[in-house]
Amino acid sequence: MAQLQQHVITALVENHPGVLARVSGLFSRRGYNIESLTVSVTENPSISRMTLVVGGDHLVLEQITKQLHKLIEVIRVVDYTDTPAVERELALIKVNAEPRDRGEIMQIVEIFRARIIDISDKTFVLEVTGGTEKLDKIRDLLSSYGIREMVRTGVIAMARGARTA
Amino acid sequence: MRMSGAQIMLECLRQEGVRHVFGYPGGAVLPIYDALYDFEGIEHILVRHEQGASHMADGYARVTGQVGVCLVTSGPGATNLVTGIATAYMDSIPIVAITGQVRTSVIGKDAFQEADITGITMPVTKHNYLIKDVADVPRTLAEAFYIARSGRPGPVLVDLPLDITLAEMEWEPALYPRNVDVPAYRPTTRGHEMQIRKAARAIAEASRPVLYVGGGAVASGAQPEVTELAERTNTLVTTTLLGKGAIDETHRLSIGMLGMHGTAYANHAVNNCDLLIAVGARFDDRVTGKVDKFAEGAKVIHIDIDPAEISKVRVPDVPIVGDVKTVLTDLLKWVEPRPWSEWNDQIVDWRTRFPLVYPRDGKLYAEYVIEQLGEATDWNAIMTTDVGQHQMWAAQYFRCRHPRQWATSGGLGTMGYGLPAAIGAQIAFPDKRVLCLSGDGSFQMCSQELMTAAVYGLPIISAIINNRSLGMVRQWQELFYHQRYSQVNLQASPDFVKLAEAYGGVGLRVHRPEDVRPAIEEALSVRDRPIVIDCVIPTEENVYPMIPSGQTVDQMRVRENLEELKAPVHGDAEIWSFSDEDRVLTDYIETTQGTPEPGHEE
Repeated sequence: MAQLQQHVITALVENHPGVLARVSGLFSRRGYNIESLTVSVTENPSISRMTLVVGGDHLVLEQITKQLHKLIEVIRVVDYTDTPAVERELALIKVNAEPRDRGEIMQIVEIFRARIIDISDKTFVLEVTGGTEKLDKIRDLLSSYGIREMVRTGVIAMARGARTA
Repeated sequence: MRMSGAQIMLECLRQEGVRHVFGYPGGAVLPIYDALYDFEGIEHILVRHEQGASHMADGYARVTGQVGVCLVTSGPGATNLVTGIATAYMDSIPIVAITGQVRTSVIGKDAFQEADITGITMPVTKHNYLIKDVADVPRTLAEAFYIARSGRPGPVLVDLPLDITLAEMEWEPALYPRNVDVPAYRPTTRGHEMQIRKAARAIAEASRPVLYVGGGAVASGAQPEVTELAERTNTLVTTTLLGKGAIDETHRLSIGMLGMHGTAYANHAVNNCDLLIAVGARFDDRVTGKVDKFAEGAKVIHIDIDPAEISKVRVPDVPIVGDVKTVLTDLLKWVEPRPWSEWNDQIVDWRTRFPLVYPRDGKLYAEYVIEQLGEATDWNAIMTTDVGQHQMWAAQYFRCRHPRQWATSGGLGTMGYGLPAAIGAQIAFPDKRVLCLSGDGSFQMCSQELMTAAVYGLPIISAIINNRSLGMVRQWQELFYHQRYSQVNLQASPDFVKLAEAYGGVGLRVHRPEDVRPAIEEALSVRDRPIVIDCVIPTEENVYPMIPSGQTVDQMRVRENLEELKAPVHGDAEIWSFSDEDRVLTDYIETTQGTPEPGHEE
């Protein structure tokens, strides 16, 4: 199998019911795999922004972008592959936190600039934001204590500087 | 003026210039049918099955170039449209399908005759709407028509809940939006000038160009521009199944259809060209066969209004996004005349040496029926087809002189399309002759629409190429499945003559070539009801030439005894070494039975 590159694409779409179904349906029926997909409303309440992480070579990406753009409710599609951009993801991690481990876990939390947002006699819930690699890393470090549950938002992205999507 | 949603909806159709609606009533659209009862200016055609309504709207759109409209009730009425909508979608045909929906208060509660038709048709519509407020009716319909007909045309569905059609509001027809603004939808119609000049240069530099013209040229009305480009540059033109009529097929520069069942000479021309000018065509797999080998080594100019078609299958050297007619008009400003060339001679030579042929041994063949239908109507009739062997024979032998003379389901390959599409065409043009070429299998998929044709007095001539078999499937089983004929025997079919009569039409049957023309003349004399001509042909006839799926021109199969003449390669001395006797192929064929070769080489 050819080496697949990961791409971050954002789509500005009209904030209508059913738009998400159109976008996700487009991906499944054309055989494109979505690694992650986040949707929320923008500063303009009539417009939503979708951030998609997809894999594929440049021809696949070109097709994805064009097919997305063909949807009547998709206003603009931007591929961030060659654009300097900030990318962030948020994770909530529920990790075992026996009293003897708490100190170590809190050190990890500090180093990763994460936060403890819930605590019980056996667990912590951590909130951590950053790039995908950073989140993977803290997950790996915490796994030795036993991760009970984890949820990640998927990537959101924004171009650096004055440029807007 | 106080108006109901139903009245507003009909008023919107009138504002769009709609004169015919193909439909079938039901509970969820009763308010619309009630409003229709005394509504002037729109004729409603009552069909016998909703699938027929969608194909009729599609046929209507193909022959007129206007948006076809169908109207059905919710649930099963709506789902019965899906095949017709998908057919229109695959071939980029503008239709607006209006479906009833259950009341908004019970949507999502599995109400009687509820189906999520916007969800169901999402993959097969250009766009669709569920209206939730009567105030949205005018804008939504205006957008639906605009989206259906502009850019790359396609079907749009509008789902209209019962309570919205009953709701009333103050509205005037004068308020119907004339200019539609869909912010995210801005089709590019004008080609980029730099690219157009680049294309002109590529044409000037090419020594072996070929024009490959598809349905987009018909959709944009570009027949004059295609013809002028071909004539000015002396470039031979091959069309796709949907591109038929984009140039007069009796024109000296026309080399017929290409692809799986295209003419050998068109395929050889494309295979050996150094510049392929793709005009409103999408490199469909039935055209290209094995993509890597298709026009291998040729430069490609690709003109298409849909940017997503560019590089979808083949990466072109000169991509031009824009409306075909507009782009060609601009391109013609830059294109210099080219003289008739050796390359043209070569294609003409291929045409003489590998013509379309069929046996003339006293038996009745589909090809003969098609030629006679064409001649009897001076090649001016509208022809619709169903799907299968007869469709390919029609594509090969029915020479379209004009665009919009030909309606066939290309992309989806929908059996049952032909008769309802013919009804749509005949409703649009009551004074033209409309022919439907069908097969004994296809015809049975929508034969109930004979009743519709009879009720409206439509003199459509359906010629059924009857081989008592699912012919195309049989052909594949013969060639690729070791003659294991599985479930293709249609010996048990209705008596098509009696069937026609049962529906109030005229039924005729022919077995011999000499009976064909008299039957057609008799059919042409009938002006007030549908006519079915049951044409009984041999079961084992196959469509040739054939390039098996996913293969190349080298694998082209031709009728037995023509095998040795296949697949010349450009520059190969062999192609020039045939003796003169080989040129007299027609005579050669007359002495053979045209038995197809058995077996399958993988």
